[in-house]
Amino acid sequence: MWGRKTTYGIGVKMIFYSICILWALVTLIPYLIAVITSLKPVEDVTKFSIDFNKLTFDSYRYITHEFPFLRWLFNSFVVAVAVTAGNILFNSMAAYALARLDFPFKKVVFYVIIGTMMIPGQVLLIPIYLILNRLGWIDSYKGLIIPWLVSAFYIFFMRQYFLTIPKDLEEAALIDGLSRFGIFFKIFLPLSLPALATQAIFIFVGNWNSFMWPSIIASSEELYTLPVGLNSFYGQYYQFWNQVLAGAILLSLPTIIVFVLFQKYFVKGIVTSGLKE
Amino acid sequence: MKNKTKVQEYFTAFVMLLPYIISFFMFFAYPLAKAFIISFQEFSFLGDTPPKFVGLLNYKEALTSKMFLDSIVNTFYYSILVVPTQLIIALILAVIVNDKVKFKDFFRTTYYLPTVTSPVAVSIIFLFLYKTDGLVNQILSHIGITPRNWFNEPSFVMPAIVSVAVWGSVGFYMVTFLSGLSTIPDQLYEAAEVEGAGESTKLIKITIPLLKPMIFFNTVVSFISTLQMFDLSYIIGGSDGGPMGKAMTMVVMIYRTAFKEFNMGVASAMAFIVFGIIFILTLIQRKFFGEEMSY
Repeated sequence: MWGRKTTYGIGVKMIFYSICILWALVTLIPYLIAVITSLKPVEDVTKFSIDFNKLTFDSYRYITHEFPFLRWLFNSFVVAVAVTAGNILFNSMAAYALARLDFPFKKVVFYVIIGTMMIPGQVLLIPIYLILNRLGWIDSYKGLIIPWLVSAFYIFFMRQYFLTIPKDLEEAALIDGLSRFGIFFKIFLPLSLPALATQAIFIFVGNWNSFMWPSIIASSEELYTLPVGLNSFYGQYYQFWNQVLAGAILLSLPTIIVFVLFQKYFVKGIVTSGLKE
Repeated sequence: MKNKTKVQEYFTAFVMLLPYIISFFMFFAYPLAKAFIISFQEFSFLGDTPPKFVGLLNYKEALTSKMFLDSIVNTFYYSILVVPTQLIIALILAVIVNDKVKFKDFFRTTYYLPTVTSPVAVSIIFLFLYKTDGLVNQILSHIGITPRNWFNEPSFVMPAIVSVAVWGSVGFYMVTFLSGLSTIPDQLYEAAEVEGAGESTKLIKITIPLLKPMIFFNTVVSFISTLQMFDLSYIIGGSDGGPMGKAMTMVVMIYRTAFKEFNMGVASAMAFIVFGIIFILTLIQRKFFGEEMSY
């Protein structure tokens, strides 16, 4: 951008490329070492060298067969998918009401939604725990999922998107006899696929990686999500670095795949969410 | 007729908002009020004793707890190291990757990877790399630096965690800077070139000033998120805050007090103190950076 049409001297170019390559190495080398170490037998884990004949998937086989890693993986998927589905539907519904419907206290509701974003979550942690405890939802999927089904930020985000959909489209549909719900499901949701995708990806990744809440709510091992399970596994088997790192790769891979497949939505999400009101 | 459609519209809006309304009362409004009340109560989760009103005692206990005060110091130490480091690296990468190099898509994707990687996985990978006999020490020993257990020494644990945090989040801020750069009109640069401005002049006179709102935005976001740091500190240092408690952050302290010591009253008081700190700092930053922000 800055000086788009200038051709740079070779020296400047070399500095640019050096910085880019240096940071790429800083980023990638830890992953690379984690992958290679996870494939090594345990006696080789701290060796600098790689003996290609000894590389094996044994540690992956071991953690998924001897330890409940597959169960934790399953729990993570169930929770992340349920939370994502809930957010897509509920945030869009609220956003539609705010963008297109008329009702009393509309402004109040809007500012309340904005206001809730200002409160840091730790303040709410203890009372939410106590509420769930009274409901008997501790150590259950309900406790892991239900508190996170709605997000003020993405209601705001979807509202901004819905405001850009032309009103004429909606009026024509109303004249044709489509109900408000029909309009929402048949016109607004299909037209908002890019925004929905952005929202879905951020919520999925955020929930997949979330650690504090599941470590409070899931107390029995069968209910651990993968981050909680891996952390507790690390606590007991930290000398078996090949297995611990295999677990770390298993935990990282799904979100990395989602990111690489859908990266344009990530960038779009950050661009739209960071700015303008 | 007119009235009927109006009522219908109100009803539709109510139904559409219902999931949010339920969630708002159940997981926001009521908990917020409850947290405030608990912060004035002696509230032990264990045992059957009913909560007892104790006035400001919990706040007093929090503010005289050496561990909590230390955790505030540790957290600020962490923030002050992380915020400028990650923003400067992110800004440099953004300006370069914006369009000056080939393979920019590859670089952008690569730099963003750590931000989608679970903090638990990130912590574990770095626990391995920073071990006394780990790779980082093996490399450092070649240039004559004695191997040490980075995460287990009081004076090194926080800087080591800072390096992990910066590694993990530079990509996010780079992308926000990229989006800021894309809003600067080309004509400005063209005009500057006509006037004979050099590259560094353009950077200092156009790019940085026009990016100021974005720099402000990122500083606030980065600062607030570092003040709420939990995952890295808890996974690397445990609930005791690592060596001599030097890795203890404010949120780990709240977590520990609430869910390890089951002292919900004091933990709630701590949570409100942290909330107050974050709130005041946000206001100060706003003043400090002036009216730049148009968001």
